[in-house]
Amino acid sequence: MTETTHTAEPGIAASIAAAHKDVPGGLLPALHGIQDALGYVPPDAVPLVAEQFNLSRAEVHGVVSYYHHFRSAPAGRLLVQVCRAEACKAMGADALLAHAEQRLGCGVHGTSADGQYSLEPVFCLGLCASSPSIAINDEVHARITPALFDEIVEEARQAS
Amino acid sequence: MTTTVYVPRDSAALAVGADRVARQIAAEALARNLPVRIVRNGSRGLFWLETLVEVQTPQGRVAYGPVTRADVAGLFDAGFLGGGAHALNQGLTEEIAYLKKQERLTFARMGVTDPVSVADYEAHEGFAGLRRSLAMAPTDIVQQVLDSGLRGRGGAAFPAGIKWKTVLAAQARQKYIVCNADEGDSGTFSDRMTMEGDPLMLVEGMAIAGIATGATEGYIYVRSEYPHAIATLNEAIRNAEQAGFLGDDILGSGRSFRLIVRKAAGAYVCGEETALLESLEGRRGIVRAKPPLPALQGLFGQPTVINNVITLASVPLILARGADFYKHYGVGRSRGTLPFQLAGNIRHGGLVEKAFGLTLRELLYDFGGGSASGRPIKAVQVGGPLGAYVPESQWDLPLDYEAYAAVGAVVGHGGIVVHDDTADMSQLARYAMEFCAIESCGKCTPCRIGSTRGVEVIDKITSNQNRPQQVILLRDLCDTMLHGSLCAMGGMTPYPVLSAINHYPEDFGIEAPDRAAA
Ligand SMILES: Cc1cc2nc3c(=O)[nH]c(=O)nc-3n(C[C@H](O)[C@H](O)[C@H](O)COP(=O)(O)O)c2cc1C
Ligand code: SF4
Ligand code: FES
Repeated sequence: MTETTHTAEPGIAASIAAAHKDVPGGLLPALHGIQDALGYVPPDAVPLVAEQFNLSRAEVHGVVSYYHHFRSAPAGRLLVQVCRAEACKAMGADALLAHAEQRLGCGVHGTSADGQYSLEPVFCLGLCASSPSIAINDEVHARITPALFDEIVEEARQAS
Repeated sequence: MTTTVYVPRDSAALAVGADRVARQIAAEALARNLPVRIVRNGSRGLFWLETLVEVQTPQGRVAYGPVTRADVAGLFDAGFLGGGAHALNQGLTEEIAYLKKQERLTFARMGVTDPVSVADYEAHEGFAGLRRSLAMAPTDIVQQVLDSGLRGRGGAAFPAGIKWKTVLAAQARQKYIVCNADEGDSGTFSDRMTMEGDPLMLVEGMAIAGIATGATEGYIYVRSEYPHAIATLNEAIRNAEQAGFLGDDILGSGRSFRLIVRKAAGAYVCGEETALLESLEGRRGIVRAKPPLPALQGLFGQPTVINNVITLASVPLILARGADFYKHYGVGRSRGTLPFQLAGNIRHGGLVEKAFGLTLRELLYDFGGGSASGRPIKAVQVGGPLGAYVPESQWDLPLDYEAYAAVGAVVGHGGIVVHDDTADMSQLARYAMEFCAIESCGKCTPCRIGSTRGVEVIDKITSNQNRPQQVILLRDLCDTMLHGSLCAMGGMTPYPVLSAINHYPEDFGIEAPDRAAA
């Protein structure tokens, strides 16, 4: 993370929050907007969002931390999600997750030392008839074997 | 002459490379100077055949699958644009047994049409229900839904017509229709398929619900794990607005209905209807105590219909063909059809729409073709992560809400997850408790604390620390969760746990279930 992006972040977050403040129930859309733009919801953005929505910081923090989707720190360049739910388990998801930890060099909920990968569990991608499945930066892949996992990750790394 | 080729855009097809297949077909056609029009349809739901490419021929649509990019040149060589013979040729799509044996009412257009084309939708009975509704009195529309016997497809199976009637009778300046598209259950994907493969059906169902109850605004709350569904819905909504089926003054009727898609943020419990409303209002998705019912005080405190995607998507056909047509399908008080979803360790995983009353065994073997691994099937979880594990002794029960309830199981959203004999049921029971601990909204103690304790107790059982006492403790804990939880998250987690220990005691290191003692 460079200094320039860091200093620009509060301004971006504030303007996204301002654009949603009059939308009924607009807090989640605002937080989505911020995360889509910045890759995470910076803790610095919380007071700015709170101000726009006329909420306390604690309330906004409470919402950000409640939802699994929102992150308070940037992810690696590739966010790899491995499905841990039952249908994928029935087809070897546990072994696949262990393989992913090895291949990416980070544990679940972790980011690799080189900042390349973040690994997150996910509870169902709706691809349960083609399990096990994963998603990389929102792109979905099904019927994953460890060998296929390596291939897809490598391809995504080169494309990113 | 231009040949039409269909390549699905459903996530499950994209996940096995459908985009590459489509690009390769376009490139080959260009190189060979053959005029081809590629339509990105929804999936037929025969997922083991994805990417399923179909070619329009004078005899009908011919299916090829599973096609990878590497197969495309060979398909052209084999003359697949004319339906030519090839190892991947599956014959006429409509004649594939898996599809032919189904009763596709709600999913009749699935995989057939271009999902976002209003013209294609209308050419296949689309908007017939909405057109009829616009000429009916609201009470008559609600009566049709009541008479059809349609019950909520999201899990609780509450009659849809009763909810609608309550909202219709409520007096308020603003009412809402909320579509629960949070589909968090493992083994379910029929909501996703609907949003990606036939989203206009959901748009139509919600517009009818609005006209029937006096609601002029609708929200679709879609889980963040479904980015393709969100994109396709937004595209379909824009197209429907442009064609006059949504917005102000629908088809010149003077009625209006607006639809907004909202992205969720990855909390399973936000599928619970009151937690969903909290989330839509911009708060943490914590379950509200009922009453007040959402039908009276729902979104932003206003009367609100909350229904599942499939519930709402079933409505257009009911209005187009009449309640009797729909009611004719099914058994007992389970009327109509359910899109069953075959998943996990199954050879032919996919979507099977059938009337209620068929058996799990028929689904597992006649449709599913047995396990994917070729090993014996051991346990089948029906109805999502909060559903029971159904042992072979119960595979001949009719799939019917009441028959399943009678044996302590649930049909739920129709998700069916198959495990072969390598599954360790104690670990699956542990996982159910762990999932509840991760996803609990934290409002009530039995669920918040009980699930964490449940994991510990199961660990003690499997490592044989005071096993007999711990088994008693686990049952006690389940009993507390079952009876003391505010919502079905804590209230139903005991279903998978107890069914696992009752039907597969050997996996917990105990010999006979203690029902012998009871
Ligand atoms: C923990 C929990 C999760 C749920 N998840 C969903 C869901 O993802 N989709 C859904 O339609 N209903 C879900 N439900 C059921 C809803 O609370 C509610 O019954 C349903 O949206 C009503 O719509 P219906 O009557 O059309 O089924 C869930 C319930 C609980 C307790
Ligand atoms: S049962 Fe669990 S999820 Fe439901 S209200 Fe209680 S704590 Fe929340
Ligand atoms: S359980 Fe993994 S995709 Fe549904």
